[in-house]
Amino acid sequence: MTVRAMVTGLGVVAPAGVGAEAFWAAARAGHCALGPITRFDAAAYPVRLAGEVATFDAAAFVPGPVIPQTDRFTHLGLAAAAMALADARANPADLPEYGSAVVTGASSGGTEFGQHEIERLWREGPGSVGAYQSIAWFYAATTGQVSIRHKLRGPCGVLATEQAAGLDALGEARRMLRSGVRLVLAGGTDASLCPYGLVAQLSTGLLSAASDPSAAYLPFSPAAGGYVPGEGGAMMVIERADDAAARGIAPYGEIAGYAATFDPPPGSGRGPGLVRAAMLALRDADVPPSEIDVVFADAMGAPAWDSAEAAAISAVFGPHGVPVTAPKAGSGRSYAGGASLDVACALLSIRAGLIPPTPGGGRPDPRYAIDLVSRQPRKQRIRAALVLARGYGGFNAAVVVRAPSRPE
Amino acid sequence: MANFTFDDLSRILRDSAGLALDPGHDDTPLADLGYESLAVLEFASRVKKQYGVALPDEAVDVSHTPREILTTVNERLGLT
Amino acid sequence: MSGDAVGITGIGVTAPGGIGAKAFWELLMAGRSATRTITLFNPEGFRSRIAAECDFDPVAAGLTPREIRRMDRAAQFAVVSAREALADSGIEAGWPPPERRAVSLGSAVGCTMRLEQEYVVLSDGGRHWLVDHGYAVPRLYDYMAPSTLAAEVAWASAAEGPVALVSTGCTSGLDAVGRGVRLLQEGTADIVLAGATEAPISPITVACFDAIRATSPNNLEPGRASRPFDRDRDGFVLGEGAAVLVLERVASAVERGAHLYAEIAGFASRSNAFHMTGLRPDGREMAEAIRASLAEARKRPEEIDYINAHGSGTRQNDRHETAAFKRSFGARAYQVPVSSIKSMVGHSLGAIGSIEVAACALAIEHDMVPPTANLHTPDPECDLDYVPLTARRQPTRSVLSVGSGFGGFQSAMVLKAPAGA
Repeated sequence: MTVRAMVTGLGVVAPAGVGAEAFWAAARAGHCALGPITRFDAAAYPVRLAGEVATFDAAAFVPGPVIPQTDRFTHLGLAAAAMALADARANPADLPEYGSAVVTGASSGGTEFGQHEIERLWREGPGSVGAYQSIAWFYAATTGQVSIRHKLRGPCGVLATEQAAGLDALGEARRMLRSGVRLVLAGGTDASLCPYGLVAQLSTGLLSAASDPSAAYLPFSPAAGGYVPGEGGAMMVIERADDAAARGIAPYGEIAGYAATFDPPPGSGRGPGLVRAAMLALRDADVPPSEIDVVFADAMGAPAWDSAEAAAISAVFGPHGVPVTAPKAGSGRSYAGGASLDVACALLSIRAGLIPPTPGGGRPDPRYAIDLVSRQPRKQRIRAALVLARGYGGFNAAVVVRAPSRPE
Repeated sequence: MANFTFDDLSRILRDSAGLALDPGHDDTPLADLGYESLAVLEFASRVKKQYGVALPDEAVDVSHTPREILTTVNERLGLT
Repeated sequence: MSGDAVGITGIGVTAPGGIGAKAFWELLMAGRSATRTITLFNPEGFRSRIAAECDFDPVAAGLTPREIRRMDRAAQFAVVSAREALADSGIEAGWPPPERRAVSLGSAVGCTMRLEQEYVVLSDGGRHWLVDHGYAVPRLYDYMAPSTLAAEVAWASAAEGPVALVSTGCTSGLDAVGRGVRLLQEGTADIVLAGATEAPISPITVACFDAIRATSPNNLEPGRASRPFDRDRDGFVLGEGAAVLVLERVASAVERGAHLYAEIAGFASRSNAFHMTGLRPDGREMAEAIRASLAEARKRPEEIDYINAHGSGTRQNDRHETAAFKRSFGARAYQVPVSSIKSMVGHSLGAIGSIEVAACALAIEHDMVPPTANLHTPDPECDLDYVPLTARRQPTRSVLSVGSGFGGFQSAMVLKAPAGA
């Protein structure tokens, strides 16, 4: 019998809110949490908007001694992990010694912490770099700290595939459960809103330079002009179905299918791999397209990318074949945190029987032939959701999230 | 140069470790007061920057007490 | 985890002391240490001014001007090694099709060199917190996203299956190969380019290890500074490099008449969940990873002919690791040869795990065990047979490779000679 991977706890730190309930309340209302960058003075940059996790008090979630030795991306990750475990009412100490683990997606690492340290080095000289740079900036920092905090001694991991990493982390979590691990914390966070982080992001040409937050990130719109960067992410507790049942926990849903592909090199003449990722994930879940009730789109918000994604969705579901939504238009694209937020949103949508709208989304470009849920949430019983993610550089990932089966 | 006081020690440890030094435990090893190895290395790094004093490897250890650290820094500042 | 047998059919290595797998193996067999005073930047003012650098000429290595302009040094290493591995494996354009090719590449610190170089320009030497975007190179984001390294290997190997960068600190290299094995066992791919790369010899990385006194400050004797298990060891020597392996199912290798270096028979990882850099002296989590990898490989400690240690040369690691070997091997720990090639190629953080797997595969291929260089004075706390100074000829059919990293990661992998070899 194949092990089924159930999500039993959610921890969310999003621009729209800290905590799954605050996040969902904002998502279902189509709330736009984008605003001017406040973490530094962005006046001189062409991009001045972001989705910041504005009301986050690290001290409320992170032990005092851990705060100075970690970057914000780890503060957010520790908060999300603690919330997820509490939500799942799970205690790793109840499990066998090596029976729990954590796997995170990583994108930019401890960017702001790193910029401070590298500035010190170049301004003041070699001896000025502190002791914590060695553990705060590298991509594994959050997995390491979460593992220590919650005593997770199983096979811990870190995957970097840019925006696809949140889904790849779930695929890894499911693999761990199938190899005997009993509980996995999986997800990711990112916090790269420091000057060097922003300037690096600017270089892709994909960021929106709009100044009005409500019109800055418009996936699938004829007026799409790029995406707005975001912070935050989510962590979720994944357990085997029989363990969840034995603990009396009602899961949010199941990670029923997962697949990842990589695009052919530019100029090869072959199309991108998103369709294949979606089809493989559906096959892995044994769910036909007709049983998918919503697609959470990757939603780059840049015309060529939107066009490619719309074509992929139509290829799988037929034109206007499935409701599509992109709640991230209201909180920004959060890289290693982004796809995790989408999965959290999909699970909460399943629970509520409601598809959240795409904030700011008016009518999509008719050439895309997609049924974009916008303006209002849509009541919908959701049997299964497909979450898509594309990581810059050619990474594609897809996850099928299935509603929990009705209790016997 | 003024000597390195308990207040200085406390301030830098708090800044380094995110943990204030509990007074009245001058002879308790730092490890037992909640400081771990990286915090003490961070402390040494800040002391070097603020006071110009380089603490040798043997001195940068969680087995040392606040009194011992105070003594070592002051010795190296040229005062006893 | 059950599944088809998986093996190594191609090896590519970019390491200090010589580019290519052949030069790498020659360095190991000669017991030569490739550590020296840092030349990649001026190390004046740093506590540790030594490193194991690759004498790497990107043009001679076959990279085009555009590739050289586009790629950070770590990407260059990875692509050159991937191409070498593919050529070595005999895999040609026709098979397997792109969607059945996967990449699992490790790196701990990604494109640090380019990120730092660009930062210096944009901030004008650290003068400005608000860096000037007008000076940014077009591909700056590629350097911020470590996933770019995996993308470059995917392009170089025409891979369109699952591609990912594994970034578990200093066990990235072992973990990326382990992940590659799982992809094949699950049937997700038919070949995996699995390996790791690192080019961390840059001021910020050297400075961060200076701050925690983890690297050797033995600047007067660079060639002798990396001395794992020696009584006088005083830290690791930073290294750089890459190794990429072609992994495929044994059945498929046999079917196409490919040469198999070794099978990867077991892999496991655990976490010490204790401290980001500290290690408890009992080595219990590494011992547990070892036990689990042996169990998967169906090997007893008595059947292991060689242990390739993490052996970074810090006081605490070598002690921790010795304890882990005793805990997992019992009395056998005193008989099985153990060595650390970091004594020769330094510690290249995320890359070294894959470089060490390459060394293990070559050890099986040649029935030769690499030595631990610079081991002149035994340490009573490290009292096993560490193969001091001289490579040793011996039947080498089953090998254990271990790794340990910041964040608490502990990984172990078992390789064995291919059946019929």
